[in-house]
Amino acid sequence: MSGVLAICEHSAGVWNRMSFETLAAAQQLGRAQGWPVSAVVLGQGTAALAAELAACALDRVYSVEHERLARYTADGFTSALDWLIAHVRPDVVLLPHTYCVRDFAPCLAARAGLSLLSDVTGIRVERGELIFERQLFQGRLNADYSVDGAGRVVVSLQAGAFRADAVEPGSAPIETLTPPLDDTTIRQRPEEPFRESAGELDLGAAELIVAVGRGIREAGNIELVRELAAALGAELAASRPVCDNGWLPIERQVGSSGQTVAPKLYIAIGISGAIQHLVGMKGARTIVAINKDAGAPIFEVADYGIVGDLFEVLPALTELLRPAQA
Amino acid sequence: MQILVAIKQVPARDSQLTIAPSGEWIEEDDLAYEINEPDAYALEAALRLREQHGGEVIALCAGPERVLPVIREALAKGADRAIHVAEDHPEAWDTLAWARLLAAAAETENFDLVLTGLQSDDLGWAQTGVVMAELLRLPHATLVIEAAIEDGRVRVKRELEGGWFQHVSMPLPALVTFQSGSIRLRYATLMGIKRARTKPVRRLTAAELGVAPARQLRLRRLHPPRHDKQTTMLTGSAQEQAAQLVEILRHEVRVL
Repeated sequence: MSGVLAICEHSAGVWNRMSFETLAAAQQLGRAQGWPVSAVVLGQGTAALAAELAACALDRVYSVEHERLARYTADGFTSALDWLIAHVRPDVVLLPHTYCVRDFAPCLAARAGLSLLSDVTGIRVERGELIFERQLFQGRLNADYSVDGAGRVVVSLQAGAFRADAVEPGSAPIETLTPPLDDTTIRQRPEEPFRESAGELDLGAAELIVAVGRGIREAGNIELVRELAAALGAELAASRPVCDNGWLPIERQVGSSGQTVAPKLYIAIGISGAIQHLVGMKGARTIVAINKDAGAPIFEVADYGIVGDLFEVLPALTELLRPAQA
Repeated sequence: MQILVAIKQVPARDSQLTIAPSGEWIEEDDLAYEINEPDAYALEAALRLREQHGGEVIALCAGPERVLPVIREALAKGADRAIHVAEDHPEAWDTLAWARLLAAAAETENFDLVLTGLQSDDLGWAQTGVVMAELLRLPHATLVIEAAIEDGRVRVKRELEGGWFQHVSMPLPALVTFQSGSIRLRYATLMGIKRARTKPVRRLTAAELGVAPARQLRLRRLHPPRHDKQTTMLTGSAQEQAAQLVEILRHEVRVL
């Protein structure tokens, strides 16, 4: 049926919220191009999920069912979706840029003979041509991309690029399909997902957070940040490199591989603001960024910015806050 | 165990980036370059697997002559030899075509495992490794932080979202892309740097590999990120900046 096909992700029957951002993007693209819009959910026992999709303004919902899709494998999902794409022949395939999609989408695009535009932050039509915007250099620059030739393409969308609440309700027919998967298709053997720490520290409930990044340079300097957090009565958090280096425990990591927080105040110290960190904290009510690099992407989301040497700013700030708390 | 490690050279992390007058790329003249960080972790994982299981680590890097320091660094850290796919115009290739080039170079070797980083710090596509796996018909896993060889299979620990992990195993040969962090990178020793000078670097070209540049995706224009949010910048000395922030926290954010 051509048009745009949105691939929706769930985990054991629970939607990934980004699936609805993808659906909203598919509806908007379909409207702009006059294309039919379809959506697919795959797995085993997905009837309830497909019914939810069928209550959206779509032309068709595909429920791709197979016992070998009950658990995610790159090979299983690639084969099933490649088979569906051959059947639907969409002009544009949209997916959420999740960890799971990152695992199979490049393989799927290559197998289907399509190019993949990954981590796209915006889609617009310019003189009849689709322009896809994405970030380069860890968010320091943006780039506009176009697709040559027939222009059929696979696109994964960055978290937050489209609004999930913009999905239009409607009604769509459901088509249930069984892809041809056998034992030789799937080479990966997945084991049960697990969590490492008990996760006893819930930063999600913190009202005030002081977070530290790579700019702190070494473990010994963390004390400066700890003192500021104590003076403010804030929880201490960190970006990934700090936890990777073992300077703070992983339970204090904020971002896509750590916790998602939404405090009243988030002070980001020496954090450049890679998207993997931003997705975990951009819901904070007020964001303060302290960084020596004025071009750091963290300033894109900050309400207040200080470009300066954190080794000078932090002690000054802590000193001023101590009497305020006393 | 023969392990290929695909590494990329990228502009150094703290580079000041200036958009070139063409608007299609950055000014490259004064740039410093370094190994792509996740690729450094893939190299480290490869060296550790060789220490356990023997065999060879072969670094694979494509690009113009300027990538040679990254190849030397890999050799100095312990890679046994390297392949340099000499290509002066990476911008003429899109990801799919570049993956074809790397896959063709990989096929000149007998390997058990291909390792690389999960994404590059410059273009950030997060797909070259996985596309290579598809072209080479290899099973793959991404976002990996540990890999072990068990019973002729590779068993990896993958990172999922929100603090979850998962083990996945696959038959060899396989391709695995590494996430940064979690293992400590080694430094090149003086002896390693000295030895690197005598280690073989095989030079190949796209023409020799029978792969032609191609590009379906076209970078039209670079631009600075848009400011969606009004950011109030606090200026002055560190003392003055701190004092302004405290006033704001007290009277506007009202958290003091």
